[in-house]
Formats: sequence, C-alpha cells, structure tokens
Amino acid sequence: MLRIVGLTKTYRTGDKALKGVDLEIPAGQVVGLIGPSGAGKSSLIRCINRLIEPSNGKVFLGDLEVTGLSRSELRLARRRIGMIFQEYALVERLTVMENVLSGRLGYVPFWRSFLRRYPADAVENAFALLERVGLSAHADKRADALSGGQRQRVGIARALEQGPELLLIDEPTASLDPKTSRQIMRLIVEICRERGLPAIINIHDVVLAQSFVERIIGLRAGEVVFDGPPEALDTAALTRIYGEEDWDAVRREAESDFEEEHAVPSASQRTEERMAGAV
Amino acid sequence: MTARSEFLQWLGWFLLVAAFVFCWRIMTQDTIWAFVHDAPRQGGDILARALPPRLDYLGQLWIPLWDTINMASLGTLAGTAIAVPVAFLAARNTTPSILVLRPIALFLIVASRSINSLIWALLLVSILGPGMLAGIIAIALRSIGFIGKLLYEAIEEIDEKQVEAVVSTGASRLQVIDYAIVPQVLPSFLGTTVFRWDINIRESAILGLVGAGGLGLKLQSSLNMLAWPQVTAIFLVILGTVFVSEWISAAVRKAIV
Repeated sequence: MLRIVGLTKTYRTGDKALKGVDLEIPAGQVVGLIGPSGAGKSSLIRCINRLIEPSNGKVFLGDLEVTGLSRSELRLARRRIGMIFQEYALVERLTVMENVLSGRLGYVPFWRSFLRRYPADAVENAFALLERVGLSAHADKRADALSGGQRQRVGIARALEQGPELLLIDEPTASLDPKTSRQIMRLIVEICRERGLPAIINIHDVVLAQSFVERIIGLRAGEVVFDGPPEALDTAALTRIYGEEDWDAVRREAESDFEEEHAVPSASQRTEERMAGAV
Repeated sequence: MTARSEFLQWLGWFLLVAAFVFCWRIMTQDTIWAFVHDAPRQGGDILARALPPRLDYLGQLWIPLWDTINMASLGTLAGTAIAVPVAFLAARNTTPSILVLRPIALFLIVASRSINSLIWALLLVSILGPGMLAGIIAIALRSIGFIGKLLYEAIEEIDEKQVEAVVSTGASRLQVIDYAIVPQVLPSFLGTTVFRWDINIRESAILGLVGAGGLGLKLQSSLNMLAWPQVTAIFLVILGTVFVSEWISAAVRKAIV
C-alpha cells in the first residue's frame, strides 16, 4: 500500500533528519513508529504527504509516486492521506462540524467551501463520523469549547471525512492524560480495523504502542533500527532505539499502572486494598 | 566615597546644568517675552469671548457633521478594501512572492503610514479641488497603512499547525486562507478596523481646515471670523461625536473577543 524507498531529508541547517529510510506497509496494517525526540519520526510522516519536501528518495502510495507529483497533482494525492496531529490542530474558532467538513476541502470547489454549502452526502458522512467518535451532540459547538480528548476525536473525524486510504498520525496522545490516551488509541485502532485502513502512528509511549499496534518500527537518528512485532521489542531492541536505560524497571512500572487502572475501579476499594497490604 | 568619585559626580551635575542652560538659550532665542508675559491675559480673554457657546449655531452644524461621519466611514471602507489584499501580500507566510510582491506591499504600507491624513488631504485638495471626495480619499490612503500593518502582523502570528492541518486535506490556496487563516485573524481584523474608524471620525473633523469638507470647514470659517462662541459650539459637537464613536468601537471590540 505504502512504499518508501531510500528516503532522506537534510534540512537547510545541515541537520540530517532521515538517512535513507526504506519501508513497506501493506494494506490494513497499523504501525507504531517509536524513537527518541529528534529521531526523525515527525519528519518521516510529513515527507509522506510532502508537508516537508524530502531531499531524496521515493514515496509510493499504491502505484502513485507521490514524490514526483506537481503541486496540483499533490493536492489530489493529499486527499487520499488523512492526518491526525499532536495538539489536534483544529481550527479553534470554527465549529466542530466545519472542522470535520474541512476534510472534504480537496473535493469541493472554492465557492462551495466558502459558502459552507457542502454536498449532502459529505454532510451525512460527517454526521455519521461524529456519531462514530461519540460527538454527535457537539456538532455545532466551537472547537475551542471541547476538552482535549474530544478535540482529538474531531481530528480523527476530520481525517476520516477525507475518505483516506492511509492515516498519518503524529503523537496523537502526547497532550492527553493516560486514560484518555488509551481511549483515543483504542478508537484509532478500531477504526483502522473496521475500514481496513493502514496507519503510521508516531508515538513516544512505548508501552502504549506495544499494547495497540501490530508492528513497531524503531527510528534512531534518521535510521530504522528495529522493525518487528511488539513482542519482539525486548531490552536489547529498546537499547538499540533509545540507548542504555533500565528497561525492565520501566516496563514493570507501566504494567502495574495499567493493572491498577483496570483492576481497581473505585477509590474506596483502592484504600481497602492498600490497608490489606499493610496488614 | 573617594575624592575622585566625588569630583566626577560634581562634574556630571555641572555638565547637565550647563547643557540645560545652553539648550534653553537656543529654545528661547526667537521668543518675544512681552507676548509670553501677556499670555495668561490673552488666554483668559479668548476664553471669556468663547463662553458661553453659541447654541443656536448648532442647527447649522448637523449637515457638516453628517458629512464628517460619512467621510470617515466611506474612507475607512475604501481603505479596508485595499488594505486586506495588501496585508496578505505583505505577510511572509501568505505572500505569493517574497522577493517581488512582499517588498512592494510593505512599501505601500510604509508610504501610507508615513504621511498624516491632513497632509494627504492638502495634496488631494490641490489635485481634486475642495470637497468631500478629497477627504474620503485622504482618509482611505492613511487607513491602508494602519489596517494593512496590523493585519499583516496578525497573519504572521497565526498558529501554523492549523494551516498545516488544512493543507494536508488537499485544500487549495484560497481554501487554506478561508479555513485556516481568516478564522484566526478575524477578531483582530475587526477590532483594528473599528478602531481605525474611530480615529478617522476624529481626523475627518479637522480635514475641513484644508478644504476637504465637513465640520472642519465650519471651524475654519468661524476661526477666520473670530466667532469664538461658534468655535466652542463646534468643539462641543466634535467632543460628542468622538464620545459616541469611542463607545461604539469599545462595544464592538467587546462583542468580538
């Protein structure tokens, strides 16, 4: 579905963000892209839809070579690639509905989008998507009136409104609390399953990535240093991606957090348990 | 404190006083002291003649006042219509050409800002002849720079992430402006425009001094005839108008935040 060949990106400052990345992602696969800050995760997904121009290499979406397209052809190709952002990147002063419908901008002429006169099927689809992400009651609210988790749901609906064949997701949970993060990740993965959508999710929370995606790619200093199933991500692999750290301790801690969240629903039970432990 | 630092301090004060005396001499060398001595009496004299204001003169002021308000409003409207595209050409993140169009747009903004509307009116009256048209154009020319500058700065300060998100949907350039940029700059744009209209009301009230119509014309003829009670009446009308326009602009700005 998506094929990346020898992708490099060198910024004008001389920083080499990507050094010859090769990747292939089959239809329907949800991939977690992990790596330390500055490893080039964000550059990589932005090179795919050319929000950042790659310096070298090729990107194929199906049979289409995205890297060879002219400006107007690129616009048509971008319609096929949905994107979800770290801090939601909603247009704050527009309504939830306008934000979702903006996913349709590549399909409608300027006058229609200016007058907010979208075709009926686009509007119907937008309502169905808001229903799917659980926000149908908020369609007419302004985007800045929503909570973080709700805004990210709008972001998801906007990307889906494009009718995409691929999702690029940049740190979807970085500004969210742990519980909302899990809900959002679950929603993204479920939706990708339902629609057979492939997705690349940039994520720095290793444990969160492991529990939701089917394949993990580790990036370090612009190079792929790990590519495999989440189970294969052992201490050696983590050290290769992030460098030395007590990875077993990190994992144990995260696991106990997770169990606590799931096993102990109420505060009173939690105190009881703590007291029992004291005895 | 050592003798040396004490001396330096003394020298500092001495130089300061010397500079003051020197400057004072230059400042006042053309002053005729007899006139200054006379000033309180003259001021009191004019004030006594100006009061009370000639209230029955107000009847002749309503039409010039209407002209003044129209001059300000039409000038603001025309200025805004030109300022908006100029601002989009001047903003680094929306200009189609950084090397050619951006410098031209910036030059237009600076040129308009550097000349007071009274001077614009003076020039235009000698080109177009006296009347409201010269006043409207003078107001518009000055407004381009004011609105253009504040708008292009607002455009450059927008959140680029929202732009990136809209671009990634495959939106065209115009659609990106409509969806990602306009919503972000609209409040500041409306605030700026109403504020400029408020300034323009004040400025158009005096443009008549150079022949551009409105209240200023009445002001000039009253001053020429030394009809001080009429001048006071005109001041009262200007004060009232500015008060109302100030109130409107405050109300509008409060409504859009």
